[in-house]
Amino acid sequence: MLRINCPFCGTRDHNEFTYGGDGSISYPELDAPMEDWIKAVFERENICGRQTETWQHTLGCRMWLRVERDTVTHEIFSVTPADPKLAVACGDDA
Amino acid sequence: MSQFSAWSVFWNGLSGQKGWTRQWRDSEPQTKYDVVIIGGGLHGLATAYYLAKNHDVGKIAVLEKGWIGGGNAGRNTTIVRSNYVLPGNREFYEHSLQLWEELSHELNYNVMFSQRSHVTLLHNPGAVDAVARRYNTMRLTGNNDVEMWDLERLKATIPHLNYAPSARFPITGAAVQTRAGTARHDAVIWGYARAADKLGVDIIQQCEVTGINTTQGAITRIETSRGSIETNKVGLAVAGNTSRLWQMAGLGNLPIESHKLQAFVTEPVKPLLDQVVVFGMGGAHFYMSQSDKGGMVFGGDLDWYKSYAQKGNLPVAEDVTASAISIMPCLSRLRVLRQWAGIVDMSMDGTHFICKTPLSNLYLNGGWNYGGFKATPASGWHFADLIASDRPNTLIENFDLERFARGVNIDERGAGPDPKLHG
Repeated sequence: MLRINCPFCGTRDHNEFTYGGDGSISYPELDAPMEDWIKAVFERENICGRQTETWQHTLGCRMWLRVERDTVTHEIFSVTPADPKLAVACGDDA
Repeated sequence: MSQFSAWSVFWNGLSGQKGWTRQWRDSEPQTKYDVVIIGGGLHGLATAYYLAKNHDVGKIAVLEKGWIGGGNAGRNTTIVRSNYVLPGNREFYEHSLQLWEELSHELNYNVMFSQRSHVTLLHNPGAVDAVARRYNTMRLTGNNDVEMWDLERLKATIPHLNYAPSARFPITGAAVQTRAGTARHDAVIWGYARAADKLGVDIIQQCEVTGINTTQGAITRIETSRGSIETNKVGLAVAGNTSRLWQMAGLGNLPIESHKLQAFVTEPVKPLLDQVVVFGMGGAHFYMSQSDKGGMVFGGDLDWYKSYAQKGNLPVAEDVTASAISIMPCLSRLRVLRQWAGIVDMSMDGTHFICKTPLSNLYLNGGWNYGGFKATPASGWHFADLIASDRPNTLIENFDLERFARGVNIDERGAGPDPKLHG
C-alpha cells in the first residue's frame, strides 16, 4: 500500500486515489503538427526510477495532485496540487 | 541430451531415475553471433527456437539477465485462449492456439496443455449481446469452438458457482471457448529452452545487457555483464523492460508503460474446477483455474499505477479474493499459498508490437499487456519470420509502432490511449 500525503486531506492509503499517469507530458498547441500530438498522446518515457505523475484523490477532496515517486522502490518524495497556482498558494515554489 | 519417449520413462522408472541428464547447456558467451535475442523469456526462447528450426540464419544466442523461467514466464496465470475480435488479433491468436495444440509433440516436452475451455460468466442482456457479436465475428474467421451457454448448461457443467438470485450480479449464462485452456508455464519455457539448445542456440544466463553500440543506424555490438558481443541482427524480447533497452539503444520513447500484474495460488485441493472461469462485472475483473497440483490460481486487475517493482499491493489482493468468494463461495476458507507480481508492457492500445525499428538490424517484440503467455508460440514464430526475412508478413504488418500515426489503433477494449486501462 502506498501512503499519499494529500496536501488538503492529510496522509491516506493509495486506494482512495486514482492514478492519472505521466505528469511530465505537456500538450502542444491545438494547431501544432500531427507528429507533436502523436508524441504527446501515445509516447511515454516510462521512467524506471524517480518520476513525476498525477493522481486524483477520488474518494477524498477530488483534487488532482502531482506526485514525485520512485517506480522501483515506490518511495514518494513529494505531493503537491497539480494546479500550479494552488501549488504556489500551498507554499510550493515549484 | 536424450529424446523423451514412453520407453525412456519406463526405463528410468526401472533404473532408479538416474538416466535423466541436463536439459540444456549452460553456454558461455562467444564474441560474435549472427543473431542475438535479448531476453530469455518465453518469447525470446520461442523466437530462437523457430529461428533455428524454420530459418537459416547462422549462429544464434539468447541473452538472459537472470535465469530461465525467473521472469514473467513464472509470473502468469497460464491461460491460453484466442477469443479476440479485431482483425489481426483474431488470426494471430488463432495461429497461436493451433501451435499450442501441437506444442508438446513439436518440442518433445510435455507442456501439459489442457484444453479445458474458457468460460466467461455473463450477468445481463447487454453482456450477452456484446459477447454474441464478438463470438459471431470469430466464427466468421473460422473459429468454430465458441459457444453461448444458457444457465441450465452452465449449472450442469460447473455446479458450484454462486447461482443465488440474491447475488450482487446473478449469473445468467456464459460465453465459452472450448479449445482454450491452460498449460504448465515452467514446462513451456523449459521445453523451448531445451528444443532451442538442441538446435544449437546458445542460451546465456546471468548476462545482462549494459550497452548497445550503434553505427550508421545499425547495431554493431552489444555490451553485457559477461563481455562484448558482436552481432548482425538483434531481436528485443524483454517485455516489462522494453522502454529501458529501447532508450539504451538511443531510440527515445515508446507507446508503452510498465505496470505490474499480480496473481495468487491457494493451497492444493481435490479436483474442483475443470475450466478457466472469468468474472468481469461491475468493476470486477477476475479469472481463475485449478492447477494440476490442485491449487486454485487467481488473477485480477493491474495494480493501477505504473511500476517496475515485482511486488504487488494489497488492495488488489483484497479485490481478487472478494471476487473469488463472490462467484464460488466454497473457496472462502482456502488459504492463499503464494502471490507474485510480474512487470508487463502495457501499450497504448492494448496490443503488442512485432516490428522493425528505426535501427536497420534491430527488431522489436514487446507490448504484450495481459496477452503474453497465450501468444508465446505465435509470437516466436512470427518474430523469427520477421528477423529472418527482414520484412513483416501480412498477418503482423499492423503490429508496428507507426500504427498510431496511421490511426490504426488495435484497441480490443476500446479503452483509448491509456496503458492502465487495457487490462
